Amino acid sequence: MKVLIVGVGGALARMVALKLREAGHSIIGLDRRPWWDAPRDIQVHEVDIRKRAAEDVFRRERPDCVVHMATVNALSASGEERARINIAGTRAVFDHSVAHGVKHVVVVGRHTYYGASADSPLYHTENEPPNGIGNFPELADLVAADLYAANMLWREPSITTTLLRLVYTLGPSKTGTLSSFLRGKRVPMVFGFDPLFQFLEEDDAARGITVAVEKRPRGIFNVAGPAPIPLGMIARETGRTVVPVPEPILVQMLGRFGFPNLPRGALEHIKYPIVVDGSAYKAATGFTHTTSEVEALRRYRRISPV
Amino acid sequence: MARDEAVRDLVDRLELPFNSLGIDPYGISKKHLAVFFGVLGFLYRRYFRVKAVGLEHVPPRGRAMLVGNHSGGYALDGAMVLTSMLLEMEPPRLAQGMAEKFINMLPVGSLWSSRCGQLTGLPEHAERLLMDDRLLMVFPEGARGTAKLYKERHSLVDFGTGFMRLALKTKSPIVPLGFVGGGDAVPTVHNSATLGKLMGVPYVPITPYGLAAPLPARLVVHYGKPLVFEGSGDEEDSVIVGYVDQVKTRIAELIEAARADRKGLES
Repeated sequence: MKVLIVGVGGALARMVALKLREAGHSIIGLDRRPWWDAPRDIQVHEVDIRKRAAEDVFRRERPDCVVHMATVNALSASGEERARINIAGTRAVFDHSVAHGVKHVVVVGRHTYYGASADSPLYHTENEPPNGIGNFPELADLVAADLYAANMLWREPSITTTLLRLVYTLGPSKTGTLSSFLRGKRVPMVFGFDPLFQFLEEDDAARGITVAVEKRPRGIFNVAGPAPIPLGMIARETGRTVVPVPEPILVQMLGRFGFPNLPRGALEHIKYPIVVDGSAYKAATGFTHTTSEVEALRRYRRISPV
Repeated sequence: MARDEAVRDLVDRLELPFNSLGIDPYGISKKHLAVFFGVLGFLYRRYFRVKAVGLEHVPPRGRAMLVGNHSGGYALDGAMVLTSMLLEMEPPRLAQGMAEKFINMLPVGSLWSSRCGQLTGLPEHAERLLMDDRLLMVFPEGARGTAKLYKERHSLVDFGTGFMRLALKTKSPIVPLGFVGGGDAVPTVHNSATLGKLMGVPYVPITPYGLAAPLPARLVVHYGKPLVFEGSGDEEDSVIVGYVDQVKTRIAELIEAARADRKGLES
């Protein structure tokens, strides 16, 4: 099968590409970022999905399946630019897929769709509406991209759409939201709060995506792995020191003293958990993780010492 | 009388799916439970000298709902019911209450309630815990129940009906309980909403001695035989209200039994 991976420059997307290639699929990559050491049989087109040249890739290659991994969160892009990448990018993926005979589109979204707040339940199921836009407006474009992809399920019945809401990942690439929390020796946390974090080891996460390509389940699915554990424990088990800072002080520290300039709403995500129920995906595809949360932390401590 | 077995050993014997770091899938932590019940165990055994009767009615395993009256200006009753399940059940069980939403908004309160399995009172939480065969603790009087004044301490205010629909839907037995003495431990004469606003809580109970710290009054709890109702949870309100009234009547009887029992105890 010919698979086009949009956003192949990302660490997780490359792992997905390599796994699918190993399984015998023919892989094409698309990203505005280069992939210098890509295997020779993976053709990488250095183009932005929103540009005209991207459509030509669809036109010429006519992939059977498209995996969309070119969305960004508030940690890596801000404001209008983020909204354009997430919404216009997702639209372009579907427009080109419809126009050029793609049979299956896998959209890799995020479990942060559900949002974090004091009154949101643990173990979200796929039928829940988003809940976090009120306290974290910077999440709105990812939520919009998710909902846009979701409505393709009825708008374009000719395409099988698989919308994944993937938990955080942790692994050798040391990229992603959770890794950025664990970047330093000290991990600042909001005093008096310690939310559960749910993550998949990177290899499991990549497999969670390739399973969708193979099994082609139609619908919206949470992709979860081991049971969640508290952020403070993740920090300690990976050899970091937790520094609890009262919230009013932490707010003032954002963007100063080497702290990332996070939107205020991002603090909700280190106060309250986002935990999803992955049972529907397991039932649809048989996907289960192979690396436990404890083993994933032990490995991360070894590959990312402080 | 509660066993003298160390709280830490009892926590170790809880039949919950803890991982090797001592965390269960809801974020309940063995380490936090040991500290939490260390404090509550002292209050239970030495300070309030709680007497629990009818523990044989609580199923040792499988889903069930403990449903009772509120007694005392804050969740003292709930805390002692939880403690009786750990200290006196064989095997020890963790009851999981449905915490008021404001608790999860408070620093420290959020962390400790989460780590001790006292999740925010949401229908989704209650249903999932029961489907997971946990022991749920519910006070259908809600915050209006804890706000009872000293003179109203043996009364019952209106019951919510959500718990009954949940019991029917999840086919969970209801273990009724009557709790007395909380009104003497925290003899509320007034509830101050102003002080509450300052502290980020709905109200602060005011006692004749000013503080809301509890007096060492004896507390007695009576558990009754499980009540099982047949249905789907989708019945009309009038049917549900009838079932709720049966539970309420049973709880009122248990309160009376516990009051009589408490009178016989030397204080």
